[in-house]
Amino acid sequence: MSDNVVDLPIPGAVKPRDTSFEAAAADVGKATRVKRRLTSRTATVVALAIAVIWTIPTFGLLLSSFRPEELIRTTGWWTIFQNPGFTLDNYRDVLFSSSSSAPQLGSYFVNSLAISIPATIFPLVLASMAAYAFAWIKFKWSGALFVFIFALQIVPIQMALIPLLQMFTTALQPVQEQIHAAIPIIPEQTYVQVWIAHTIFALPLAIFLLHNFISEIPSEVIEAAKVDGASHSQLFFRIVLPLALPAIASFAIFQFLWVWNDLLVALVFSGGTADVAPLTQRLAELSGNRGQDWHRLTAGAFVSLVIPLIVFFGLQRYFVRGLLAGSTKG
Amino acid sequence: MTTTDLIGKIIQVVVGLAAFAAVLGLILFFIDRAPKKGRDVIQLVAFVLPAMILVAVGLVYPAIRTTITAFGDKAGNFIGLDNFVWMFTQPEALITLRNTVVWVILVPLVSTIVGLAYAVFIDKSRGERVYKALVFMPLAISFVGAGIIWKFVYEYRPAETDQIGLLNQVLVWFGQEPVLWLQSDPINTLLLIVVLIWVETGFAMVVLSASIKGVPIEQLEAAELDGTNAWQRFRNVTLPSIRGGLVVVVTTITIATLKVFDIVRTMTGGNFNTSVVANEMYTQAFRAVQPGRGAALALILFVMVLPIVIYNVRIMRQQKEIR
Repeated sequence: MSDNVVDLPIPGAVKPRDTSFEAAAADVGKATRVKRRLTSRTATVVALAIAVIWTIPTFGLLLSSFRPEELIRTTGWWTIFQNPGFTLDNYRDVLFSSSSSAPQLGSYFVNSLAISIPATIFPLVLASMAAYAFAWIKFKWSGALFVFIFALQIVPIQMALIPLLQMFTTALQPVQEQIHAAIPIIPEQTYVQVWIAHTIFALPLAIFLLHNFISEIPSEVIEAAKVDGASHSQLFFRIVLPLALPAIASFAIFQFLWVWNDLLVALVFSGGTADVAPLTQRLAELSGNRGQDWHRLTAGAFVSLVIPLIVFFGLQRYFVRGLLAGSTKG
Repeated sequence: MTTTDLIGKIIQVVVGLAAFAAVLGLILFFIDRAPKKGRDVIQLVAFVLPAMILVAVGLVYPAIRTTITAFGDKAGNFIGLDNFVWMFTQPEALITLRNTVVWVILVPLVSTIVGLAYAVFIDKSRGERVYKALVFMPLAISFVGAGIIWKFVYEYRPAETDQIGLLNQVLVWFGQEPVLWLQSDPINTLLLIVVLIWVETGFAMVVLSASIKGVPIEQLEAAELDGTNAWQRFRNVTLPSIRGGLVVVVTTITIATLKVFDIVRTMTGGNFNTSVVANEMYTQAFRAVQPGRGAALALILFVMVLPIVIYNVRIMRQQKEIR
């Protein structure tokens, strides 16, 4: 993968200049760097301090999650050398313990995955289709309609929650009950509401960003395929999707994390049971009701952080681009 | 979780994905076989309509409904501006508004300044990537996770016992009494604000760092030859050239701050005078069963976000044109 794999519009970013200049700049950079190291000792100290302050809270929680319950409750994690102790019991307890007082995060973890994966795929597919149509099919009012979709981003999701929930209750609830009656293994409360809500809220931004990318595909490519007799669906699947894949991947990561980390939509549409509710909702609940169970909260918090952190460290470049491009969502 | 539960969940996801794929497959299958006459229109409709219907039903119509609800009481009768009068007269509601204003001033300001300082200090330094990753990482974490992380920092234990929260321990080291932070108004709001600053600084830092890399080196060198010091170079060369980036950062963080909900919900539940508009909206609409008040708060949120989003978008478009 080369440097310009992804090209979602990023606020404030500046495109790199041509490479010869870059190389020259790198030489200059080397020279100034030597000077810098000698002159900006204060800057280094301040930067180091910020880095440490920013890392300590997470570090303290991570360390604590591996300490025995008794020690977490009575001593600070910074006394780990005076009060040593290491255990995985907290994780065993929050994930697998079936006692009624345990958080039973295992099933909520599954819910988070079961919500996030479809809620990432649905809006991306629908948005890339719409974006393709806006970019490459000429029709009346296409411009106006696109601007309207774009403008919808200014509607905070808070504006949509109450009526959407009412609609779900009248239209979807009976269907879900019937399905539950026919197939008891599927609970009355299903993921459908959360999927649809996330899909709808993702669409305006997704259409806008993907349109920016898809419209920059060289028109010669599209025209050539048309001359060869390709239909719109062939064009879409064979040419547009593969070419737009980097942008789609970036936005997919953003959308996945957004859904995974979301609390508000889950609170409103999931019903709050272990059948549907995601990790965030369960953790918020635990933090409110049993705010003193630190052995559970520390481990529980890290169970919910694992996936985002893997995405962050594993796919950092896509992650940064996706996040920056989508940062105004919500 | 039992195995049957798990199977039920997997079935749901598989069926959901399969149904979605089947519907789309059918649509695309038929548009290729549509009659020649009017094929273009059919194809267009097939591509655009699914998204349009969802947006119309799930965003446009609800937004209109919410606007109407905002002028009604519990039963939906029209009561004029009463919900807004409540918002601007009741002490609890006024505290919510006051808190939101404090959030909106402090979070963008502090995160941008710290993010910018950090970006400048680590620019071209050794280990820049590691430095960046450390401060950027909170952005990957959910607000709920961040709330728990910081709740642990603010944890209180009575003075005679060992502290387990870092902040109180620091106080004790300096010979002070530990404080019940999250219950002490008004400092608790500031402590919640710290959490969002902690998250958003990474965003500011990454965007501004990218902008700083775009500052022309020739200009910086020319200024250096003229005998300026580092601060003057920053003031007169760097700062003007990253203005666009700064505006984007400040507006984006402001929008995020106005909508902050999860942090307050997780850490205090909006108690102890820490509520903000987005949290109060949820409480009124879904807990207190006051849809009219909830809708009115949502509308206020919309009105506050509106000008900032428009400004943000204009700046982003300008920047795109320059590139």
